[in-house]
Amino acid sequence: MSGEKTLRGKIEFAAVTKSYGRVVAVDTISLKLPAATYCCLLGPSGCGKTSTLRMLAGHEDVSSGDILLDDVNVTDLAPAQRGTAMMFQNYALFPHLSVAENIAFSLKMQGIGRAERREAAEPLLQMVELAAMADRLPAQLSGGQQQRVALARALMTRPAALLLDEPLSALDPFLRLRVRGELKRLQKSLGISFVHVTHTQDEALALADIVVLMNDGRIEQQGTAHDVFSHPRTAFVARFIGGHNVIAQGDSEVAVRADKVTLSRAGTGTMAQHAATIRDIEYGGMAYHVRLSDAHGRDYSCILQEGAFAQLGPIDGETLAMSWAESDAQPLEPAAN
Amino acid sequence: MGTAAHRSIWWLASPLAAVLLLFFAVPLVLIGVVSFWSYTGYSITPAFELRNYAGIFDGCRVGGAGPCVVLSTYLSTLFFCVVVWAITLVLGFCIAYFLVFEVRSSRMRIGLGILCTIPFWTSNVIRMISWIPLLGRNGMVNLALMQLHLINHPLEWLLYSRFAVAVAMVHINTVFMIVPLINSMARISPSLIEAARDAGASWWQTLRNIIIPLCRGGIAIGSIFVITVVMGDYITVGLMGGEQIASVGKTIQTQIDALQFPIAAASAVLLLAFVMLMILALIRIVDIREEL
Repeated sequence: MSGEKTLRGKIEFAAVTKSYGRVVAVDTISLKLPAATYCCLLGPSGCGKTSTLRMLAGHEDVSSGDILLDDVNVTDLAPAQRGTAMMFQNYALFPHLSVAENIAFSLKMQGIGRAERREAAEPLLQMVELAAMADRLPAQLSGGQQQRVALARALMTRPAALLLDEPLSALDPFLRLRVRGELKRLQKSLGISFVHVTHTQDEALALADIVVLMNDGRIEQQGTAHDVFSHPRTAFVARFIGGHNVIAQGDSEVAVRADKVTLSRAGTGTMAQHAATIRDIEYGGMAYHVRLSDAHGRDYSCILQEGAFAQLGPIDGETLAMSWAESDAQPLEPAAN
Repeated sequence: MGTAAHRSIWWLASPLAAVLLLFFAVPLVLIGVVSFWSYTGYSITPAFELRNYAGIFDGCRVGGAGPCVVLSTYLSTLFFCVVVWAITLVLGFCIAYFLVFEVRSSRMRIGLGILCTIPFWTSNVIRMISWIPLLGRNGMVNLALMQLHLINHPLEWLLYSRFAVAVAMVHINTVFMIVPLINSMARISPSLIEAARDAGASWWQTLRNIIIPLCRGGIAIGSIFVITVVMGDYITVGLMGGEQIASVGKTIQTQIDALQFPIAAASAVLLLAFVMLMILALIRIVDIREEL
């Protein structure tokens, strides 16, 4: 952590497949991440995102394909030789070792003496603000503190890529927001890559330089958070990333953001439109959230600013015309299979 | 919670308490009481005297010629205790490790776990007798070794020997080690082992630094089972040792056979105290409460 910082953590997946017997968990995915990238692997449970992370970590064998980290083929290397470090979902702290010993565990494995280990753990203890708790056991810490121990332990090995398996899922909403910000800052200051598995889209949008949205063992879409949100490629992406309505137009489908849909009684002549019935109106502070469904039982949502809402005065159960500008309709590709 | 609720909870524990009181505490106290009674060749009289305890240590004088009977008996029993404990610990640890960490399917794990209980599918006596065709002078082991021309004469020490006693004790007691160790190991989250690997730990380092420390409670409980069973054993020592090997349990049995109940009781109290001390020492090293 001195001198000029070289960015590390260039990650490449080349046609990587993971199969368990006949079940294919990850299906020939290819992905290139530049050094010092915050990447979120996003997707519903069972989409293969955790298997992908574990293959990168070396805790899961690759069935075929190659994984490169900083231009070194790490596919067959042991986890500790790859330059990756994993932060486990349940933190996986060693319950019989003190905080300091947990953090310096990798040094112990290298045969480094106790006093030296303690000294080496000190800067990390201070970084995660746990210097006062160095001699406690994990069970004596709160969930958030345990997570910081796990983070410090992972960073002890000076990884080029830190792999985080649902790091925020066990925290309460307030702490989640705070840790989210801290993770992002940490990644920038260390100049390494973070690969963060999550099933929460707002987490991915807020954190990621690159969002990789997975579905059914494949990468459904990858790109910057802005790119994925504003140009969803398929109906799955539009639905999963949230805030979009998927609307059928003839044989094809389009995605329209919930805040780009307007509601009216008569319809607006120049715009595309679709009739739907109000099912639910929710006040969200900044705006009203109106949920609708059409005659085919498809659900839509519409975000109305206070002014527009007051002008329209919609009532539960009322059938209205949803309309949107043609330029706001994002054409969707049909599903791959 | 009100006092009424408290009381009803205590009632729930009362059947077990009654059973333990009637069949465990009361007999134990009676043994303690009888151990102070006096006896002659034809009578037993309630009394309070230490003659029985003194009798146990008969011939134990500082500077006496060789160890006295009680001391050599305890040494002999302790020998089995240490040997059997060490072997069952290593064996039990390996088997439990295999079942928990190597066997993937839970059906397979249950099947193999049941296999470990096979020694208990038949009575103790039949189990012992069945060693004879295997270890006897003309048993399978001797015949096999002779036919392979590894030996010319049958090995005499295979049966009715310390070796035979140790084999039979290991055979019965290993499962008492396996079960608590499986319990301890099954609680170790696989992600802990992955985290150790992630930090560069080899298989051996993971075993030494993670698995063994987290199995301490299981090791302690298994050890208690094995130590108490072996210290009190007289059937295995008798049958497998050809009635030629001394053990504390055997001493007590002989005294009971001779209807010398007070001295048998005193011997039992001494054994109880000795085993309790061993277990206390064990618990001082390892806190087993977290395992229960």
